Amino acid sequence: MTLATSAPSAAPATEPRPKLMTHGLEAWFGDNRVLKGVDMPIPAHRVTAIIGPSGCGKSTFIRCLNRMHEMVPGARMAGRVELDGQDVYGPDIDPVLLRRRVGMVFQKPNPFPTMSIRDNVLAGMKLSRRKLGKSEAEGVVESALRGAALWDEVKDQLKKPGMDLSGGQQQRLCIARSIAVEPDVLLMDEPCSALDPIATARIEDLLHELKARYTIAIVTHNMQQAARVSDQTAFFLSGELVELAETNTIFTSPGDRRTEDYITGKFG
Amino acid sequence: MTRTHTDREYEAKLEDLRRRLVAMSERVDGMVEAAVRAVVERDEALARATMAVDREVDRCELECDELCLLILARWQPMASDLRFITIALKMVTDLERIGDLAVNICQRAVRLSSKPPFDYAIIPKMGEAVRQMLGDAVRAFVSADAELARAVLRADDEVDEHYHEVFRALMQLMRDDPALLERGVHVQSVAKFLERIGDHATNVAEQAIFLVAGKDVRHPPKP
Amino acid sequence: MSVGVPEIRDGASIRRRGRNLGERAFVALSLLAIAIPLLILVGLVAHTLSDALGRIDWDFIVGYPSRRASAAGILPALVGSLWLIGLTALIALPLGVGAAVWLEEYGGRSRLAGFIEVNIANLAGVPSIIYGLLGLGLFVRFLGLDRSVLAGALTLSLLVMPIVIMATREALRTVPGHLREAAAALGATRWQVIRQVVLPMSLPGILTGSILSISRAIGETAPLIVVGALTYMTFLPQDPGDPFTALPIQIYNWVSRPQEAFLVNAAAGIMVLLVTMLTLNSAAILLRNRLQRRIRR
Repeated sequence: MTLATSAPSAAPATEPRPKLMTHGLEAWFGDNRVLKGVDMPIPAHRVTAIIGPSGCGKSTFIRCLNRMHEMVPGARMAGRVELDGQDVYGPDIDPVLLRRRVGMVFQKPNPFPTMSIRDNVLAGMKLSRRKLGKSEAEGVVESALRGAALWDEVKDQLKKPGMDLSGGQQQRLCIARSIAVEPDVLLMDEPCSALDPIATARIEDLLHELKARYTIAIVTHNMQQAARVSDQTAFFLSGELVELAETNTIFTSPGDRRTEDYITGKFG
Repeated sequence: MTRTHTDREYEAKLEDLRRRLVAMSERVDGMVEAAVRAVVERDEALARATMAVDREVDRCELECDELCLLILARWQPMASDLRFITIALKMVTDLERIGDLAVNICQRAVRLSSKPPFDYAIIPKMGEAVRQMLGDAVRAFVSADAELARAVLRADDEVDEHYHEVFRALMQLMRDDPALLERGVHVQSVAKFLERIGDHATNVAEQAIFLVAGKDVRHPPKP
Repeated sequence: MSVGVPEIRDGASIRRRGRNLGERAFVALSLLAIAIPLLILVGLVAHTLSDALGRIDWDFIVGYPSRRASAAGILPALVGSLWLIGLTALIALPLGVGAAVWLEEYGGRSRLAGFIEVNIANLAGVPSIIYGLLGLGLFVRFLGLDRSVLAGALTLSLLVMPIVIMATREALRTVPGHLREAAAALGATRWQVIRQVVLPMSLPGILTGSILSISRAIGETAPLIVVGALTYMTFLPQDPGDPFTALPIQIYNWVSRPQEAFLVNAAAGIMVLLVTMLTLNSAAILLRNRLQRRIRR
């Protein structure tokens, strides 16, 4: 009787350098330390799920990856975050440019209310003042909406307000908006928690396609979702990375007792 | 300090499954013990009564299977819970097969009871060994004791040896005295059934190791 | 096993109990509170209207003031008011919105921002004649603008700016944080976020503030008098440097004359003022509602 106890779960050390890598990442809100020295690789073109109980620091962690953490008054961080080997907190790094390479999709779908579907998709380009010719713009809109599996549903209604769509469609619109700027990495902070099961299933299915072109990190409090969509899973607890392993391994025989307890529902 | 599941309904269901498995194994063990006795004491009534118990064992199998299905559907167990459920499904099959084999032994006992007595010295010994294996395997499963489970695997070699001994002895006996042929054949069948019961007990022991080993791969040994 | 679970009570009654007098009394009082002032206002307007109806005609609107009541017209005052509103809007709105944007988006929690915020709230409550004195000293005398429309507009701008700033700040605050986050996450600088996302969304609120400020400006009399608006003007202002008069001033002028006929003129003038104000407000409100419908989904 064999199991997925095959490969020990260390970071893919023999593979090429991970897309994102953190070294000793710490984060504070005021005096409250929410991340306590996290070393974690996020490999390219794979889906990494991050699970853990409320307050474990998983959202803070991904917000440190695209430098959104520092936008909160009183927030600070320490340690290194490397994108393709380059420290994103370096003194000569522009966070705005970083965020164009590391995009983010949020929990609550948030298309811009004053814009149509088409304008929403192009919002990222407009915000960064990229000038696009009309046909080029149409091309971007179509490819982004196709990439988000939304094109067939809205291709005849591009001028309609973005807010007219259903919740699941709005979230896919936000995904389209994020991928329109052609990032390297897509960070997702509980993207399906406000959606019904069907919309959730569509987006989970989408992730399998998206990872061919992007690197994806998804924070989720739904363990089954992490089990379904991810290639590797990280378990956070109280600001620490407790275990990082292949998803097959972590859900059949996790190494750490705390991971085991959390996954089987023994919350104490 | 082992924690329990926060969901008490879930915890209760898992506990229920554990109890049913143990109860089923005890019932099956009783069948084996009674079957061997029926053979040795040439007790037809006991044999028939034991065969009737198999109906209950079959019912246990259905109930356990249903409970496993229910737990899978409703609670989507993970990690060690998942391993436990998948093993329980297999274990139930092995236990039910042991029950069937005990029935087979009883059928031979009925035949033998109408014949003149026979020297069954080694049959009870095999029966004891096999029952010990079954008991240990189930205990290893319940208390997640990999060492005990490994002991069961070793014991199976002995049982196989016993069976070959019986086989040789019976061959000799039947060659020497052809009148013993019919009885000898039945006894040989009984020995074969006991050997196969041993194999099923071994399966249960292997499953117990899987349940434990799947969890302990990166853990230091328990103090 | 479960401790402290309260006894289950089935069958609590769902039938109406009593007559809810307290609540009804409250509703009645609230209605009264709004009905009485409304009725008084309507009564006053109706009374004025009844006086004015006979007097208002095209000659009145395009005519010039005169010593003879029957020949007096309101054109210079009307034109003057429109000039004032136009210039005030041009000055106060951009400055006010800009100040509010700075305070809300860039000032953050600095001491300077806090200090300014406190003082703006105070400024909104300062009596308007003080603004008149300020305008006289600063714009008319110091800057040498003399008694011009520009000076009047600048004075009114100072007066209404706190309203614009406060309303704009409120409007900016209603833009949900997660929309700003979404824009920032797409790689936008702060200014890009404000211009592309925050301002378009807060436009209805900003317009509301603008409407309020214009309404206030159109009715101000005291500061204009101090700054030097004419009370009797027989020509129209041609450029911002010209002297001016305004509707409230003309009305005040007529009301202070003893002849009965001039009182009728005043009533007519009041009607013109009200209609002008209502027209401007309605246009702005319509625009705001259109914008709001686009956003409120």
